[in-house]
Amino acid sequence: MRQSITIGIKWLLGLAAILAVSGCSDANLKWYVVSPFTESGRVNLKFLIEGTWNTLFMSFLALLISIVVGLLIAIPGIARNKPLRATNYVYVELVRSIPLLPLILWVYYGLPEIAGIQLDYFWAGVFALALSDSAFEAEIFRAGIQSVPKGQTEAASTVGLNYFQNMRYIVLPQAIRRILPALGNQFAYMVKMSALVSVIGLQELTRRANELIVTEYRALEIYTILIVEYLVIILIIGQGVRWLERKMGSEESDSRSS
Amino acid sequence: MSENENAIVLNGVHKWFGDFHVLRDINLTVSQGERVVICGPSGSGKSTVVRCINSLEKHQKGEIIVDGTKLTHTRKSVAQIRSEVGMVFQQFNLFPHLTVLENLTLGPIKARGLSPADANERAMRYLERVHIPEQAQKKPGQLSGGQQQRVAIARSLCMEPKIMLFDEPTSALDPEMISEVLDVMVELAEEGMTMIVVTHEMGFARKAANTMVFMDNGEIVETGTPDVFFDAPKTDRCRRFLQQILQH
Ligand SMILES: Nc1ncnc2c1ncn2[C@@H]1O[C@H](COP(=O)(O)OP(=O)(O)OP(=O)(O)O)[C@@H](O)[C@H]1O
Ligand SMILES: [Mg+2]
Repeated sequence: MRQSITIGIKWLLGLAAILAVSGCSDANLKWYVVSPFTESGRVNLKFLIEGTWNTLFMSFLALLISIVVGLLIAIPGIARNKPLRATNYVYVELVRSIPLLPLILWVYYGLPEIAGIQLDYFWAGVFALALSDSAFEAEIFRAGIQSVPKGQTEAASTVGLNYFQNMRYIVLPQAIRRILPALGNQFAYMVKMSALVSVIGLQELTRRANELIVTEYRALEIYTILIVEYLVIILIIGQGVRWLERKMGSEESDSRSS
Repeated sequence: MSENENAIVLNGVHKWFGDFHVLRDINLTVSQGERVVICGPSGSGKSTVVRCINSLEKHQKGEIIVDGTKLTHTRKSVAQIRSEVGMVFQQFNLFPHLTVLENLTLGPIKARGLSPADANERAMRYLERVHIPEQAQKKPGQLSGGQQQRVAIARSLCMEPKIMLFDEPTSALDPEMISEVLDVMVELAEEGMTMIVVTHEMGFARKAANTMVFMDNGEIVETGTPDVFFDAPKTDRCRRFLQQILQH
């Protein structure tokens, strides 16, 4: 924990140093537009930071949905039945081949024409992010489930557990401990990708930065703040995931059995 | 189920893994309370026989009848048979994320519908029987191999099976832990449990077995009572095998 905070601080210091140097060589840096020490700077900062809720909330909802969908897609992927496996394969290959930006545009502008469904900015973003991510979650879950030794399932069946109970009580709890770091990665990735939803107009971090630049004309300063915002969010997520890992890991306390 | 003389009947059982003919015409009858020890060289099909009995592997030809129920690979017959048959694996296969107590109570609670209190009480009773009640709250990873295998035995017993299958239960153990597991198994045998045990522990076989089975190449080559089997094996293959393992 302390280590990665140190890394985060070093990053920020490095960034500050670069900016300071460039500030010396070129007196055009106008930090006052986002300075917490001036009235207008504070208003601007507040405007920028308030985009955090949409960014976070949208990414988090998309993560939850993509985990559920990913799991539902992963399970046919480990079936013995070939058509079921094929369903998984087609979904994963298809969905992960679609680039996110066109998908967002398609969901927002295309869905109303095709299906008569007009999602608002926020839900269109959630939907596109979740759909896109579900293919990756499915692969993560499939690998996680397959990493649980076959003997676990066999033992579960000899004590009378059915398929569902085996998944619920034996396989998934062990799989989730193993895939937690990968799920954390996906969440961080999702937060970064959510910036693309700014194109359809959702007032998240990136959109707000763009709008502020239109009135203040200070791209470098404002985009720098924007990057720092993402950096802080993702560092915090990383810490959260580490904490969860430790908490779950200590429960298992390194098994010697296979 | 009506009272049945025979706990397990295998009748002309064959199995293939792809093209590979693993079990060739296996015939074996185990009566109630009988203890059968199966031995034979590696790859001879011992595990496969045992795994076919509780349908962890599917046989493709012949009949398997367990406690009067014919194994047909329908969900119903499989569930019925598994409810009568306990299984202990070479690698223990305990659930590493659950405590010892939870390992024991999961089946009774989820599959048999026992209340947690009844399940705990039953679990503690069987932990006493394998002599490790004090380990109930630990995770399997904190136990020695011998203790883990005894937990695995207790976990099976918690389902109150009529028949216990053991597939090389001591092969993964350090030598000093083998006897603590075998002692538990001998106690089970003395209480009249029907058992099929795949093992090369010939001391255990002499003490506990009614019937010895020698397998080679997917076939049952020889069966007999321990006395006859050890002192006067009928076939060359069996004699050579016994010489080999008794030398060690
Ligand atoms: N799932 C499988 N797919 C293909 N071949 C298999 C499979 N399981 C076992 N076999 C093969 O079947 C043969 C019998 O295996 P089995 O495990 O029953 O032997 P065993 O007598 O128990 O041997 P060991 O003493 O090594 O445990 C072996 O040659 C093995 O390689
Ligand atoms: Mg074997």
